[in-house]
Amino acid sequence: MGHVSTGKSYINEEPGLKSWFTSLDHKRIAILYFVAVMTFFLIGGIMALLLRLELFSPNTAGSVMEHIPNFLRKAGDTPADLYNQVMTYHGAMMVFMVIVPGIPAIFGNFFLPLQIGAKDVAFPRLNLLSWYVFMAGAALAVSTFFFSKIDTGWTFYTPYSIRSGTSVVMMVVAAFIMGMSSILTGLNFIVTVHKLRAPGMTMWRMPLFCWAIYSTAIIQVLATPILAITLLLLAMERTFGVGIFDPKLGGDPVLFQHFFWFYSHPAVYIMILPAMGIISELITTYSKKTIFGYTAIAYSSIGIAAVSFFVWGHHLFVSGQSEVAGIVFSFLTMLVGVPTAIKMFNWLATLYKGSIEFRAPLLYALGFLFLFAIGGMTGVILAVTAVDVHFHDTYFVVAHFHYVMVGGTLMAIMGGLFHWFPKIFGKMHSETGAIMSWVFIFIGFNVTFFPQFILGAKGMPRRYFDYIPEYEQLNKISTVGSWLIATGFIIALITVIKGLTSGAKAPKNPWGSKTLEWHAESPPIMHNFEQDPIVTAGPYEYK
Amino acid sequence: MNWLIVMNKLLLAKSAVAGTFMPVQATEISKQVDNLYGFLVVVSFVSCAILIGGMIYFAVKYKRKTQNDKTAYITHDTRLEVLWSVIPLIVFLLVFAWGWIIYHDMRTMPTNALEIQVTGKQWAWSVDYKNGVKASEVVVPVNRDVKLILASDDVIHSFYVPSFRIKQDAVPGRYTALWFRAEKLGEFHVFCTEYCGTSHSRMLTKLRVVSQADFDKWLTEESDVSGLPLAQRGAKIFQTRACASCHSVDSPVVKVGPSLKARWGTPLNVEDGTTGVFDENYVRESVMLPQQKIAKGFPKPSPMPSFQGQLSEAEMIALIEYIKGLN
Repeated sequence: MGHVSTGKSYINEEPGLKSWFTSLDHKRIAILYFVAVMTFFLIGGIMALLLRLELFSPNTAGSVMEHIPNFLRKAGDTPADLYNQVMTYHGAMMVFMVIVPGIPAIFGNFFLPLQIGAKDVAFPRLNLLSWYVFMAGAALAVSTFFFSKIDTGWTFYTPYSIRSGTSVVMMVVAAFIMGMSSILTGLNFIVTVHKLRAPGMTMWRMPLFCWAIYSTAIIQVLATPILAITLLLLAMERTFGVGIFDPKLGGDPVLFQHFFWFYSHPAVYIMILPAMGIISELITTYSKKTIFGYTAIAYSSIGIAAVSFFVWGHHLFVSGQSEVAGIVFSFLTMLVGVPTAIKMFNWLATLYKGSIEFRAPLLYALGFLFLFAIGGMTGVILAVTAVDVHFHDTYFVVAHFHYVMVGGTLMAIMGGLFHWFPKIFGKMHSETGAIMSWVFIFIGFNVTFFPQFILGAKGMPRRYFDYIPEYEQLNKISTVGSWLIATGFIIALITVIKGLTSGAKAPKNPWGSKTLEWHAESPPIMHNFEQDPIVTAGPYEYK
Repeated sequence: MNWLIVMNKLLLAKSAVAGTFMPVQATEISKQVDNLYGFLVVVSFVSCAILIGGMIYFAVKYKRKTQNDKTAYITHDTRLEVLWSVIPLIVFLLVFAWGWIIYHDMRTMPTNALEIQVTGKQWAWSVDYKNGVKASEVVVPVNRDVKLILASDDVIHSFYVPSFRIKQDAVPGRYTALWFRAEKLGEFHVFCTEYCGTSHSRMLTKLRVVSQADFDKWLTEESDVSGLPLAQRGAKIFQTRACASCHSVDSPVVKVGPSLKARWGTPLNVEDGTTGVFDENYVRESVMLPQQKIAKGFPKPSPMPSFQGQLSEAEMIALIEYIKGLN
């Protein structure tokens, strides 16, 4: 972590490793999450590379999966089984252990109190507990690796998940525990926003990142219990055969899909709303301009959060759900498009007549707009019932949600990381390194995922270990793209490590940003501010 | 629906371009879907051009010149904001309604259609015709409404014909259905698009569109198997029950279960340590109760479904005769 030459900070105030694992400080807990989430991201990323390597060519020439070391595989697993397991872990880890906790638990934890001028979150002890609960769930999830693994896909669809001879119950319990952590974090943030704002920090003076974290917290608290009960029912079905989802016992397997997406669709917004919050911060700072349409952006966050609860049925257009239900869900899904479009245009208008500085965080923000425009429009395409029938469960869907979640959320995480790096660690990173990482990730991302739209349109189904020869060329391009992305992340990792070990001391406010966290020291002291801040204006007063 | 026709005409050129990125259009519905998709691609392209183009234009035009640049203080513009809320809404509602019209056609089953029962099973489709013919691929006459009634024996599968732009899940415990009217002769891919385990990606079959005369001929030929020699009947059963998706017969390559090439009469190592011989009784037991004697080195529990009650004694004998002949 390094040390700061002058003054005390949250990093050096209490020495020793033990003090980190018992710290109630929101900033230290954010760092704990950061290390954990990035480790899981690394594992999930290696799995993605394995999947792409397997799909480099059709299976006639043998399988990459045969090279997986013996201690990680069960006797009798065919290469296809191994592929299905890797596919499942990639999805489950990236969703439950990287993207869902990612921004709220790392940047939300660190900057929500700072941005509203608070000393900490409302319940610091609960905050630390959330981390331990998350880690317990994550440890359980990872430990299934060494048992019989899981091969159900991250969606656990019944009745396959009831019949699969793998550690489904363990994994489901792990997701249940991590969900608990998500609820506690959400609750903590809601109370923090309502109770701990500094004098003068009205709701409408909060930075948009806080609004985004706040909206996300509401979804976390309201939607996660549904996932929890669904997963619990699945575990009960497997252990006791209660007959809720299993058609052999009179259950309804499609009911599981309804339950699952009733959480998991709002969860998509748990993943993207905080990312949108970061983008608002980046665009205002690097164009040195007040945000265009502050109220519209804040309300659209709440609007997206509200409507997101009523669109789950668009995952079930071909499941046997009634035609009427399909139509209604298609209609409601279109409504989510509107607040999303509002945000996009507001960011665009913020750039107008700004003073735009091409630093890595801005490039990541512009990359976000680029990828999210494509991800969003393909989302509209998929929401059209008749068209979705063709695209459902093909690579078109895979490309779409990677554009939204990776292109959106991951670009925002990287942009946020390089934006706040000086504040978090008190050191300056190399700008060239950060920009190079963007070049590789952005180009690599498009090379990887754009061909998948075409593959999907041509009919290649998702979750396929093998494919017919006519899909080979596009799959090859896609795999080459994954190597570019990997290169980008390696560059980013080197940049971060070099910044931590040999970066120059960061000033208080290197980018000339206006939000409150930049009034604190870099890195901030234990209770954030030397003097309690008094707020007299909005967050983006670039006059 | 005049506007729809006009729009379709306008989009013909566009959908020709979209055609090179899509499978062949073998039904009327597939053309309609492609027209709508073509329109959506144009709309997406225009909106992305506005957003991304605008972004690049502003980023270049308003690039920071000095550290003390003054920027305009613009908080909002109600007229503009209403505009960019309402225009997307109208476009979204338009494509929603357009999609609805086609979706309604897809979901409304024609009367007097040729009905075929299709059952998904890990990992093959089995197809039943009304006259008792059983097949592993779907054969249908051209220019005739066909209704497939879908069911599943185990987990959820999904029946997908890219060239027809149709897809429907086969759900255990209930029946679902889809219909189409093929306009082109030929063979089309059928994929399973709901993840169903080990050989999900190999759960492929063909949908063959033939003339009405060829269809009638095929149907009679298939139903007339009683005159065939025993081993040939066995080969047919092996094919229609999709045994070949897990067991290879022409090489020792292991797909999912053991290869049956030159297997007959060879010694047998059972997973629990006992030994035996690969003979009539072993084959019979393994087909009826696959969990009983799993060959060493293969997954336990075995992914093979039980055929108890599904194969008659006569069919069983034919199947054994076929496997004998693989030596």
